[in-house]
Amino acid sequence: MSTLAPPRSGHSRPPRTDPERRPRRGTRRLARREAGFGFLMISPAVLFVAVFTLAPMVASVALSFFSWDVITPPRFVGLDNFERIVGDDAVVSSFGTTLLLAFGIVVVQLVVGLGLAVLVNQRRRPAAKTFFRTTFYLPLLASTAAVSIFMGYMFDMKFGVINYYLNAVGLPSVPWLTSTWGAIVTIILIAAWQQVGFTFVMFVAALTSLPTDVLEAAAIDGAGPVRTLFGVKIPLISPTILFAAVVAMINALQLFDQPFIMTKGGPGTATTTATIVMYQTGFQNLQFGYASAIATVLLVIILAITGLQFLAARKWAFYR
Amino acid sequence: MSNQLILNGGGLAGRFWRGVGLVVLLLAAVVALGPLLWTLTTSLRTPAEAFTNPPKWLPVNPDFGNYSAVFQQVPIGTFLLNSTIVTMLIVVGQTITCTLSGYAFAMIRFPGRNAIFGIFLATMMVPLQTIIIPVFVIVKTLGLTDSLGALVIPALGSAFGTFLMRQYFMQMPLELGEAARIDGASQFQIFTMVYARMAAPAVATLAILNFSAFWAEFYRPLIFLQSQDTFTLPLGLVGLQGNLGTGSISVVLAGVVLAMVPSVLLFVFAQRYFIEGVTAGSFR
Repeated sequence: MSTLAPPRSGHSRPPRTDPERRPRRGTRRLARREAGFGFLMISPAVLFVAVFTLAPMVASVALSFFSWDVITPPRFVGLDNFERIVGDDAVVSSFGTTLLLAFGIVVVQLVVGLGLAVLVNQRRRPAAKTFFRTTFYLPLLASTAAVSIFMGYMFDMKFGVINYYLNAVGLPSVPWLTSTWGAIVTIILIAAWQQVGFTFVMFVAALTSLPTDVLEAAAIDGAGPVRTLFGVKIPLISPTILFAAVVAMINALQLFDQPFIMTKGGPGTATTTATIVMYQTGFQNLQFGYASAIATVLLVIILAITGLQFLAARKWAFYR
Repeated sequence: MSNQLILNGGGLAGRFWRGVGLVVLLLAAVVALGPLLWTLTTSLRTPAEAFTNPPKWLPVNPDFGNYSAVFQQVPIGTFLLNSTIVTMLIVVGQTITCTLSGYAFAMIRFPGRNAIFGIFLATMMVPLQTIIIPVFVIVKTLGLTDSLGALVIPALGSAFGTFLMRQYFMQMPLELGEAARIDGASQFQIFTMVYARMAAPAVATLAILNFSAFWAEFYRPLIFLQSQDTFTLPLGLVGLQGNLGTGSISVVLAGVVLAMVPSVLLFVFAQRYFIEGVTAGSFR
């Protein structure tokens, strides 16, 4: 140890993280009292998060290795549940459906949200900006249950207003919720319709805070609006795009309410998502162990996709 | 300002494209608002003409009968009350627990602070859907099933709320607390009299985000609640739709409109915080 090392007084000194943040002034007793106060302050939040998030997280993974019907005690079955998932076409296809729906929803949400944000950002009048911002955010305020109910009526094959207007302009009726692809497209459109406001608001905020000097430089270099958008603006807001994509994807992979209420997962199993299968397996058939295994696989998928998004971001997201 | 002038230019072409942009925006506004307007106007039509097309987009002769009918046909008053109780308790509870913990993680030094906060951050990434089975078991063990407590108690703490509050407290100057300490204020006084008061914007953001999230919640009520007198609005409405079949969608839609009114009103009054909350964390 070098002679320059500070003298060590006492043996249980509290760790001094970021020393410049607070001048060192306390005696050991003061520091201990401060620590006690800190623990007291975090204890309510820690208690609830530990009991209702952290413990369930561990328990959920642990439960995947058991067979449990709630009535008889849990029985350890090792990897049986996971083997069963691999051979269970209904579960495997529900993961496919989940990915397909989530991918569709996120792409629509990002593209439409970005497009609208760019257009709103070009408006000059503040009143116009406020109007569009409010308008595009409004659908987010309705509950997914409410949206599923009214959209279910609007997309009705026979009586729905959507098909009425299609017919009015000479197009045939579309079996929106009663055909496989119709239901998939409709669920994507409805979920994206509601969620677009989220990406839109984030992109508007990011575009508004772009540095003017960079845009001026682009203009002086003779870049037109399109070049500026794809060459300057989008790269500059790419961290926001990444963040929006990650959050939207985590949400979309948990899609439940809309297909559960509108199509009951149908027609057939066309819109049966992983969360719907989990709900049926766990809360209707009382196979809690098997349902936990499905939940664990879904969690791994969500974490993997989120990780992939961050990895991919290294290629295109620029941080300043 | 200059920003836009550069991008759009003053020329004829610039003006043309701005015009096209406006048309696209107006079309998008119609798509965004159309379903909401349809829901409102249809809720004001008599059940007999609920399904007639084209819909009357402007409520000329509105019939408010559906609104009284929805109160007669289902205990929507109870649903409203349940939703209000659950949402308010969660909003108040989380405001308290998250303000306390966010402050401690930002301003107080204690052993293991960073490790505990790291675990909090990690739990933020775990979706509720993937841990719902153990949560259900805990709720059942506590004897809370089929009660509003099943919704409230598990939601009283939040890693996200703690994170949000911590971010806000981190920006606050330490000198204020030190000045108060020299004046003889206790730790708790420094928190309540100095810093907690300055946290109002963050508290508002958290409260509003929680309100809109828990007012709209469907999944946990579906799993935790069984009897109609404990139902919250979203669950009650879906039940209402099932009960009535396709005969009187106007009544169902009256319920849907009632359920949306509080969120919309809140949004009108607190727009800034809504937007702030959504964009929080998207930079850096």
